[in-house]
Amino acid sequence: MTDRSDSERDAEWEMVVGLEVHCELATATKLFCGCRNAFGDEPNVNICPVCLGLPGALPVLNEQAVELAMRIGAALHCEIRPSVFARKNYFYPDQAKDYQISQYDLPLNADGWLELPDGTRIGVTRAHMEEDTGKLSHVGASGRINAAEHALVDYNRSGVPLVEIVSEPDMRSAAQARAYASELRGILVATGASDGRMEEGSMRVDANVSVRPAGSDRFGTRCEVKNLNSLRSLGRAIEFEAARQIGVIEGGGTVEQQTRHWDESAGRTEPLRSKEEANDYRYFPEPDLVPLAPDPAWQERVHAGLGPMPADRRAALSEALGGSPSTAETDQIRAVVDLGLDGLIAAAVDAGAPVALALARAANEVAAGGEAALDLDPAAFSELLALEAGGRLSATQSKAVLGALLERGGGDPAALAAEMGFEALGADTLGAVLDQVIGENADAWARFVDGDDKVQGFFTGQVMKATSGKANGREVAAELHRRRQAASAT
Amino acid sequence: MTPPASGPGLGATTALETAAAVRAGERSARQVVEEALAAVTARDGELNAFLSIGADRARAQAEAVDAAVAAGDDPGPLAGVPVALKDNLCTRGWDTTCGSRILEGWRPPYDATVVVRLRDAGAVALGKTNMDEFAMGSSTENSAFGPTRNPRHGGKVPGGSSGGSAAAVAAGFTPLGLGSDTGGSIRQPAALCGVVGMKPTYGRVSRYGLVAFASSLDQIGPFAATVEDAAVLFDVLAGHDPLDSTSLPTPAEPVLARLHEGVAGVRVGLCRDLVDGCAPDVVARVREAADALAAAGALVEEISVPEFGFGLSAYYLIAPAEASSNLARYDGVRYGLRVEGEDAAAMNAATRTAGFGPEVKRRIMLGTYALSAGYYDAYYAQAQRVRTLVMQAFARAYESVDILLGATAPTTAFDIGAKVDDPMAMYVNDVCTIPSNLSGHPAVSVPFGAGDDGLPVGVQVLAPALDEALLFRVARVVEAHAPALAERAARS
Repeated sequence: MTDRSDSERDAEWEMVVGLEVHCELATATKLFCGCRNAFGDEPNVNICPVCLGLPGALPVLNEQAVELAMRIGAALHCEIRPSVFARKNYFYPDQAKDYQISQYDLPLNADGWLELPDGTRIGVTRAHMEEDTGKLSHVGASGRINAAEHALVDYNRSGVPLVEIVSEPDMRSAAQARAYASELRGILVATGASDGRMEEGSMRVDANVSVRPAGSDRFGTRCEVKNLNSLRSLGRAIEFEAARQIGVIEGGGTVEQQTRHWDESAGRTEPLRSKEEANDYRYFPEPDLVPLAPDPAWQERVHAGLGPMPADRRAALSEALGGSPSTAETDQIRAVVDLGLDGLIAAAVDAGAPVALALARAANEVAAGGEAALDLDPAAFSELLALEAGGRLSATQSKAVLGALLERGGGDPAALAAEMGFEALGADTLGAVLDQVIGENADAWARFVDGDDKVQGFFTGQVMKATSGKANGREVAAELHRRRQAASAT
Repeated sequence: MTPPASGPGLGATTALETAAAVRAGERSARQVVEEALAAVTARDGELNAFLSIGADRARAQAEAVDAAVAAGDDPGPLAGVPVALKDNLCTRGWDTTCGSRILEGWRPPYDATVVVRLRDAGAVALGKTNMDEFAMGSSTENSAFGPTRNPRHGGKVPGGSSGGSAAAVAAGFTPLGLGSDTGGSIRQPAALCGVVGMKPTYGRVSRYGLVAFASSLDQIGPFAATVEDAAVLFDVLAGHDPLDSTSLPTPAEPVLARLHEGVAGVRVGLCRDLVDGCAPDVVARVREAADALAAAGALVEEISVPEFGFGLSAYYLIAPAEASSNLARYDGVRYGLRVEGEDAAAMNAATRTAGFGPEVKRRIMLGTYALSAGYYDAYYAQAQRVRTLVMQAFARAYESVDILLGATAPTTAFDIGAKVDDPMAMYVNDVCTIPSNLSGHPAVSVPFGAGDDGLPVGVQVLAPALDEALLFRVARVVEAHAPALAERAARS
């Protein structure tokens, strides 16, 4: 053990990270056959001779998959090139043909880049097409692979189209790697190529991690870390792995090139296989397919059809806020764009809602609604914000109505507010309540009139208590200040 | 020594005649099938041409044809004609073994495209024929289910790998057969059995449902007793199939319509590189065929294409390389043989050790080696460069001639067991047929008399890509001038 602090270590070492991201394409059918591409169906219902790899069956390339793969390439500023499918040969029980059809030396998309929200550009080496394998479930006493008595194979996933996006080793921290994965996820969703769900395996991330003395321009020996099922795991695993490698080197050892498995519960990486055990995949051009060379007109259509990417959408929101958002607003903007809620904001703003209010409600209350957030009716959201902005609902009431809208999957905000008893207090009622509260608390009122602003909260609280929370906080504050001015003036 | 049997055609009914009779209602398809089944029962115990007979389904199919005829519907150009299918063509619910223990008992859940096309044409699939395991061999001795005997001489091999289909047609069991040709596996057994065997242009006939040996070389093609029957069958098989990405999109022009246009003015190149090294009696027959074409009006010249000499070496790297990958799927996981082991990898190894025969193992090892890191460039990539060279050589040759002529196989049928222990001697059988597989061009073997031993000799006609019409025209003229087999046999 060393007794130096982590920050001292960090100053001496630099980590180098590159990511390989597998993205399942959201096509209607599989890559080489007409079987349904769907997650969560009963095992082995979406299968045919082709995706089962039966003798004599042949692959036929899915045009929609090519279209989506090209969209990813275009969004990542890649060059779209004539490409060739190859066979990657290795034996594994989840692989029907015992080879995977993938692209090798001639990928469809190459030489692109992705810009992180902080402006850093990460190189994208390639984004190539390949097929997914089947899914193994190990059956046995403990459920662990080594103790399993047998395994079952679900071929529904066999032949599902994937795009593998390989970055350059351009990232220098776990936070950057997380930012890259998060930004990439947003781009994949924006292109319509994928739903980007890491928990369902739609997006799978492997990290290549190495360390080197700060200032060195040579790469250290890298390890590939697998089984990263969330952005959080990605960050933790990279931190752990870099620290482990530093420990090995500082202990006088050398880092061995390995594939390592991230154990989420133990919080560490474990070796899976070393370089010596690595497969020789014996790649060669797939003779059952012809070369894929999308013509210029098709590429043109793909570029023209790309909608705004997350960076464009963040810029649009920032501009709507006047061009210089606060740190808190910047975070909110990232959050809503990541979640795809910026369309909701745009709809509300078009309907007259204040941008900041729409952003705040979307980034907090709507985002908290999880899955339901994406189904929220923009018209209902706009109407609710109009009620709040117009003073008909207090912030507290508005949030409650929004919660109900998300929970019920829709509804009329005004009617919901009425149902929840959130009738706005008329000016007369508020005046009467204030008269009463001030009358009962003459000393406090005198302090307020003298300029003691700390008492304002007390009066607001009393009004809320007297109205069962129906009063609008902003109106109460406005009325208190109006009365103080009137009292001071006399 | 068993005397050679008489050749097909003499007194036998051709596929065209049978179909015409069935379509006219003169014969029932059911009756045709019963006669074929009877012939198989009588003699196939001795020949072992068939691995399985689909009697019930053949009868049902024949009855469907008869019903169509009775209803006045068109039953198709091959109405009621029995066909022998090589056992690497997938047939729904019907064993498809590829001559291997590893697929014994496997029943595909689907039909190969050619099987569907045959059925749509009114043909009746009679049985599945014996073959070298996974089509690897030139004698049908590599079958896990015993060798097939040559119907012309019971002590001789029928050639291979489609030896069962060639023998079925030569024995008169069925007028038509289907084989697959990766390095000569249709043409060489056709030559050795004295029937017509043709390999179409690569991509002309769908490979969907053909169990792959070497995907970039495999092509399904017809066997028949006559060139005309082979042409009819080719017309039924040819055409685009969306299930095969390498299937050619261009429409296939029917070859039958132009079959009898003759060879006047056709430039024929007698290719020295496709006869040199062949037995003198084989060379003599090829030269007689060239003379016959000249007499019929063709312009015959001798030409040399020395690059053909490199074909064999390139082929024996490319084909095993692709095979090593294509045959990986026989792993015991989901279908076919499984031999249990400690874990999945041990089960894979035990299954493949028990399920594959020695020739298949040899080629898987060859191919695995040729694709391995550090060897790829020297072997697989180099072989592909040679393949390109052979293609360019063909292109050069076809600037000066329209058709090439040569031998199909270096010798007539050899003794069963003569070459089983010498793989190189066996591989050399393919030396004349391999160039067309490397280039993807069409070629056909036409029976042309006999060798000194009285056994059949095949003459090979080769044409440029997609020119099957010219190929069949020339083959028809060669056939018309072929000496009768029995006469030669009698003389020897």
